[in-house]
Amino acid sequence: MKKRAEHQEPFVRMTKRASITPGKAWVIRGIALLGAIVTGALLLLILGHNPFGIYGEMVRGAFGGTMYIKETVRTAVPLLISAIGIAFAFKMKFWNIGAEGQILIGGIAASAVAIHYDAQFAAWAAESGSFLPRILMLVLMFLAAIVAGGLYGVVPAVFKSKWGTNETLFTLMLNYIALQYVKYLAYQPAWKMAGTSFPKVRMFDPIAVLPKVMGIHIGWIIALVLVVVAHFYLTRTKHGYEIAVVGESTNTARYAGINVSKVYLRTMFISGALCGLAGYLVVSGADGTLTEGTAGGVGFTAITVAWLSKMNPITMLIVAVFIAALDRGAGFQSSTGVPESCAEVLVGIILFFMLGCEFFINYKLVFRGRKEAAA
Amino acid sequence: MEQTQYAVAMQGITKTFGKTVANNNVSLSLRKGEILALLGENGSGKTTLMNMLSGIYFPDSGEIRIHGEPVTIRSPKEAFDLGIGMIHQHFKLVDVLTAAENIVLGLPGGIELDRKTAAARISEISGKYGFDLDPNKKIYNMAVSEKQTVEIIKVLYRGADILILDEPTAVLTPQESKKLFDVLRAMKADGKSIIIITHKLHEVLDVSDRVAILRKGEYICTIETKEATQQSLTEAMVGRSISLEIERPEVENKTEMLKVENLTCINAEGVQAVKHATFTAYGGEILGVAGVAGSGQKELCEAIAGLHHATEGSILYKTGDGFENVVGCKVEEIFKKGISLAFVPEDRLGMGLVGSLDMVDNMLIRSYKDHKGIFVDRKTPKKVCEDLIESLEIVTPGTSTPVRRLSGGNVQKVLLGREIHYNPKVLMVAYPVRGLDINSSFKIYDLLNEQKKKGVAVIFVGEDLDVLMEISDRIMVICGGEVSGIVDPRECTKEDVGLLMVKTGREKEAEA
Repeated sequence: MKKRAEHQEPFVRMTKRASITPGKAWVIRGIALLGAIVTGALLLLILGHNPFGIYGEMVRGAFGGTMYIKETVRTAVPLLISAIGIAFAFKMKFWNIGAEGQILIGGIAASAVAIHYDAQFAAWAAESGSFLPRILMLVLMFLAAIVAGGLYGVVPAVFKSKWGTNETLFTLMLNYIALQYVKYLAYQPAWKMAGTSFPKVRMFDPIAVLPKVMGIHIGWIIALVLVVVAHFYLTRTKHGYEIAVVGESTNTARYAGINVSKVYLRTMFISGALCGLAGYLVVSGADGTLTEGTAGGVGFTAITVAWLSKMNPITMLIVAVFIAALDRGAGFQSSTGVPESCAEVLVGIILFFMLGCEFFINYKLVFRGRKEAAA
Repeated sequence: MEQTQYAVAMQGITKTFGKTVANNNVSLSLRKGEILALLGENGSGKTTLMNMLSGIYFPDSGEIRIHGEPVTIRSPKEAFDLGIGMIHQHFKLVDVLTAAENIVLGLPGGIELDRKTAAARISEISGKYGFDLDPNKKIYNMAVSEKQTVEIIKVLYRGADILILDEPTAVLTPQESKKLFDVLRAMKADGKSIIIITHKLHEVLDVSDRVAILRKGEYICTIETKEATQQSLTEAMVGRSISLEIERPEVENKTEMLKVENLTCINAEGVQAVKHATFTAYGGEILGVAGVAGSGQKELCEAIAGLHHATEGSILYKTGDGFENVVGCKVEEIFKKGISLAFVPEDRLGMGLVGSLDMVDNMLIRSYKDHKGIFVDRKTPKKVCEDLIESLEIVTPGTSTPVRRLSGGNVQKVLLGREIHYNPKVLMVAYPVRGLDINSSFKIYDLLNEQKKKGVAVIFVGEDLDVLMEISDRIMVICGGEVSGIVDPRECTKEDVGLLMVKTGREKEAEA
């Protein structure tokens, strides 16, 4: 028979926290960031680099000068908009993993307009000398992108509300369809860059490229407006209220007389449209063309952004800039002798710690012999 | 010490979940060969305490002795090794397997299953204690009481000599409960030690030798059952004296409010859950609905509320001078017809309310569409909330606290308060006092009586027959989805109702 109860207690146990003050939660997040930096430094030391130097370079790569800041903002814009789009779906517990595909479809639709009509519009603009053709061009591209992205988001919602299919797999699969379609388009004579056998979509005429404000394409203003609009939509409108109720319990929603299918369709249209908009901003703003890298994983990173921000658009603004900075900083690294893969490992470590610390915000560990009263 | 006379001795047990103290310095002892009733209101920590004994939770502090030996129970398996078996309130059986397969499931041994030996031992156990079980019957073909029998035999098969039963009679008819108690007495005579968790006083007095009482996580006392009365037990359980009378005010001028005719519904599995139900609910009366759990109560309520599709029959609401059929109407269409129906569903936080939203947003569930424009108006419901907090004495830190954080009684007050606020003509409540303490329960009964006096037709779906017998003007009994009888509780006994609860089953047996 065993001896005394106290000595047999498991070494460590988890208990759920009843609640935590915001201050304490931020302390935990701070410790996590510190932990990530230290862990990353150890890795760099093992590889024979000077961690302080590398970290300094990373910060410089993200914020060390106007050009770098512009790049960071440019990376943050599609990330932020897609994250908002994802948050709409996630708040309703509709697991839209298809932002990547919706971004691409938005980009494809906007590009289709540009590729087919930019020459005509450019000629018209040159002839008349007015801004009208350019505005019209950009608006048409904008509309094409949000409608296409929105419809691409509605498809899984239709299937879920009609036949109860799993939206996670469905949206994930749609990503690959969109990506392969971009590859296909790059081979089409109408889309291909002239005078080369390399399969690449040609650059748009400048008329189909977004104007710049303070040196960065106008998308950043759109993103800031969206943060505010999304915040109000989710917290103050009837639609936002319906999303919250459907997300918490479809039974309660039915009880309240909410048409659950309608909310699914409507919200997924918005979610897809926002991602499509992000795609438009990439092709028309940042790149001036459509490539396989138009989405470039933004649709997946945006999930991290939305989740870390707990679906709050205002927090998303901060998180998106943080992640964009990490990304730019890591990219800058690779030009100073540290392999890019190593820089990406650093980014991974930081994200791992930041996501992992949410566990410690929700739970605490009780070690053997330590009594609850002490906590 | 004379410790060895005790099968179980728990001393100074404390268990906390976050800030909630589920058990605070609780001590409990179970003599060998006795039936100990563990009595307490919901939330008093009975189940938590027993879960620590059966290895599901680990205590923060305290000591457990089994047959005088101090032990550490870290898992249900270790509990089994010590001869402790718990029969949970929610059964943990594999539906597609037979009784025998479920019983031997998880036991050590070779890959091959020796069905013969197992069946023989099961028959032996059944015979010894007076169980009635076919070892080869599949679980999905079983009634609730049979499933419970399987659970009990499962722990006996493993050689348990200390049995813990968590609210075993909650799912049984009065007749089945009696049978269970006979079995428990037979086991006691065989030297088994039994703890039965319950909050039904007459059962405690009926079956137990001693009663241990918990209140709000604290151990209060242990008394000999012989020396206890319903009143003394209640006082120990609640902490002060309380009247156990439920009012049944008389109301004149009853008018038909709701007529249900020949209603048939199919549930999610495609089975007819409600079969040709016909009844009328009158304004100014409480119509009790009794039946074994899962007899179609849920589907019936949801069909009346427009949440469940009816395949046949009609549901007629009184509107103005005529009646309007709402079969086939969606919830919002029923609202638009001006039918004021209030429904307090069984699943309060999963259907009636949204747990993570605050009280104001939960008020909005019924009214957010009334406000014009695209924005939600939160000012009006906030005032309603403040009124409700005052008039119903809801204990909450404020209107912006998520309702999930409130206690069960307060959650129910929020829900019922909202439903009553919109002046219903028909008020349908499903298991309104489940999980509530005595005080809150009586508050709910008062509210229902108040509505009845206002001329509302109240439909009360309940599980506690004692309560239904006292509060209802008529009791409708359903069995297997059929209305097996509508009786006047003033003129019949609980046993009569119990018989109706299993009526069709008996008839079928007679036919076979």
